[in-house]
Amino acid sequence: MSNPSSEPPPVEIPGAHPIRTYPQFLWKAVGVATDGNFAFYAWMTALTAVFLVGVHAFARQTAHGLALTALSDHVSWGMYIGNFTFAVGLAAGAVMMVIPAYLYRDHDMHDVVIVGEILAISAIVVSLAFVNVDLGRLDRAWHLMPVIGRFNWPMSMLTWDVVVLSGYLAINLHVVGYLLYTRFRGATPNPKWYVPFVFLSIVWAVSIHTVTAFLYSGLGGRPFWNTAILAPRFIASAFVTGPAFIVLALQVVRRLTDFHVGDKPIATLVSVLRVTVLLNLFLVGAEVFTELYAGTAHSASARYLYFGLHGHNALVPWIWSAIALNVTAAALFLSSSTRTHLWRIDLACVLTMAGVWIEKGIGLIVPGFVPSTLHELVEYLPNALEWKVTLGIWALGLLVFTVGLKLAVAVFTGRMRADTAAQGSR
Amino acid sequence: MDDLSRRTAMKVGGATLGTAAFARALAPLTEWTEDISMEGFLQKHYKELDRAEMEQVLRRLEDETYAEHGVEVSISDPRPTPGVSFGYALNLSICVGCRKCAEACHVENNHDRATNNSYIRVLEMKKGSIDMELGRVDYDHPVPDDTRFYMPVQCHQCDNAPCVKVCPVEATWKEADGIVVVDYNWCIGCRYCEAACPYHARRFNWEKPEIPAEEINPDQGYLSNRIRPQGVMEKCTFCLHRTRNGRLPACLEACPTGARVFGDLNDPASEIRWVLENKRVFVLKEDVGTRPRFFYFFDE
Repeated sequence: MSNPSSEPPPVEIPGAHPIRTYPQFLWKAVGVATDGNFAFYAWMTALTAVFLVGVHAFARQTAHGLALTALSDHVSWGMYIGNFTFAVGLAAGAVMMVIPAYLYRDHDMHDVVIVGEILAISAIVVSLAFVNVDLGRLDRAWHLMPVIGRFNWPMSMLTWDVVVLSGYLAINLHVVGYLLYTRFRGATPNPKWYVPFVFLSIVWAVSIHTVTAFLYSGLGGRPFWNTAILAPRFIASAFVTGPAFIVLALQVVRRLTDFHVGDKPIATLVSVLRVTVLLNLFLVGAEVFTELYAGTAHSASARYLYFGLHGHNALVPWIWSAIALNVTAAALFLSSSTRTHLWRIDLACVLTMAGVWIEKGIGLIVPGFVPSTLHELVEYLPNALEWKVTLGIWALGLLVFTVGLKLAVAVFTGRMRADTAAQGSR
Repeated sequence: MDDLSRRTAMKVGGATLGTAAFARALAPLTEWTEDISMEGFLQKHYKELDRAEMEQVLRRLEDETYAEHGVEVSISDPRPTPGVSFGYALNLSICVGCRKCAEACHVENNHDRATNNSYIRVLEMKKGSIDMELGRVDYDHPVPDDTRFYMPVQCHQCDNAPCVKVCPVEATWKEADGIVVVDYNWCIGCRYCEAACPYHARRFNWEKPEIPAEEINPDQGYLSNRIRPQGVMEKCTFCLHRTRNGRLPACLEACPTGARVFGDLNDPASEIRWVLENKRVFVLKEDVGTRPRFFYFFDE
């Protein structure tokens, strides 16, 4: 019951036809998703409450216009697009479980890789939600659909982003759905039906964050973003946040469920983190040096971000916090051994996620607009409404992630199984 | 069994409460959906509308303007004249920074009154440098200040326009006469073009523009100065509802010093051609490769 890898290989149950078992799978999934102990209900209710606060704030914003946000014609993207960027990174970073599991055939990782794939799905849901709440005309979102709208592909990088993000969502939904449904039926997953998609998802994960970086780096009028190092920086920081989130998630799963999570996957992810945290800091350093040493007019945004410009310094405390968080996290990762000091690893994961969230969110998007293209200095910090919408979307992401994990645990531990004629339900 | 049915009852209760709360949270949207007509929602892209469909759209928009503002306006859709290619030049030696052009734009183009919006920003800079970082737009003293010079900036109608390139839905494009336009009924409001523009030429309708009925300019173009919907981009169109009908842009007519020169780049006898051939001309941020149709020049 506890360790899926020590179970006898499941056999196909005669008569378990998809026509009958798939609706049953969905129905039982609804049951599993809405059933649990008191802590589960408390968690889901709290998330739903935060989500609803966000929905209400978003409804007000849609009715009265984005004027309710702190955005302006000078800083026209802010909190939402910053969180979008971070969430795409989280989704791409989830592949750091898939690579050891499938490319290096790490069997311990293989047993828990589904957690990473569920994270990818949840993070894509979050990133798509952030782009949508940023639209001035959500009622015209259909204009963005190929064929029925007018899809400016391949010229607009935003259309590439639509393609890669929805593709990544589809690939991961397929892999997770196929694995869970097959195990639910008591059958052995056929590698032909999912392994090619898993390998595709590895390449695709890199593409989603590269395209997202190109969205910014392709703009010649914004020197702060117009740098070839942006895509590598995005990938490096994605490989920080993805593994960091999964390390925390695996420990929650291990403590709260009977799904077996060994020490090895966590140790593997921590060794990945030891490298990526430093790589990310190195790339940030390379960027900062190039911006500041030459001292050209194009470094105005970087000067604004790190030191303030002509008395405007709203982002200075943010970015130095991010640097402090990432440096502390790097020190913790390097100094701890996983077995003896797991709490230090947990702390380091939280710190570095917060650090990258600032660095890649507010710290990347806003300075692109300050000073403006006519060198006016108009600052931006998100207001209460933007915080509400933002927290609401993250609550939605955690709802999706929780339900996904709950289904996976129920199926992998054999508690959620298809009924057979002989067996009947439990 | 008892426990199971209690659990089911609680689940059903929870789901009902959740749905009710969700509906309540979305309540502000009802006001918004009242503003969107089915014809407006389903309207095709500008380039896909034939002449008859366009006529219907124009009449509908006129009716909507009347219903909302109580003003009878005429919305037309003037097309580019074949063979005409517009260009604009501005004489920095004589511009005095009075901002009459920005004001005329505000009135002509039915801009939102509260934000005092205009497609033109006038930079005041110290003589001896054209470093915009040392310039300012919020100067508030009698002009001209003899130690300074003035540089109005508006859409440069670039031939290699970054805004057109990045738009994901082709809601903005370059017309045959060189003017970059926006279909306000197709734009999704993602503001990617605003991020891409190196000249701060694009504006977003953060909320519905408010203009007193008596101040509405009733002579309107579909692609130019009609009252914009909430949540879409807008920009300078060289006043195409005027210039495609043989008139001059409002900003040029308002200029008291004659610093502005507008005309057909294809016409060898035009004043704009004379300026480009005989004056010391430059374009703003030539290094970003946008190839503007808006030129600055100095007197000899």
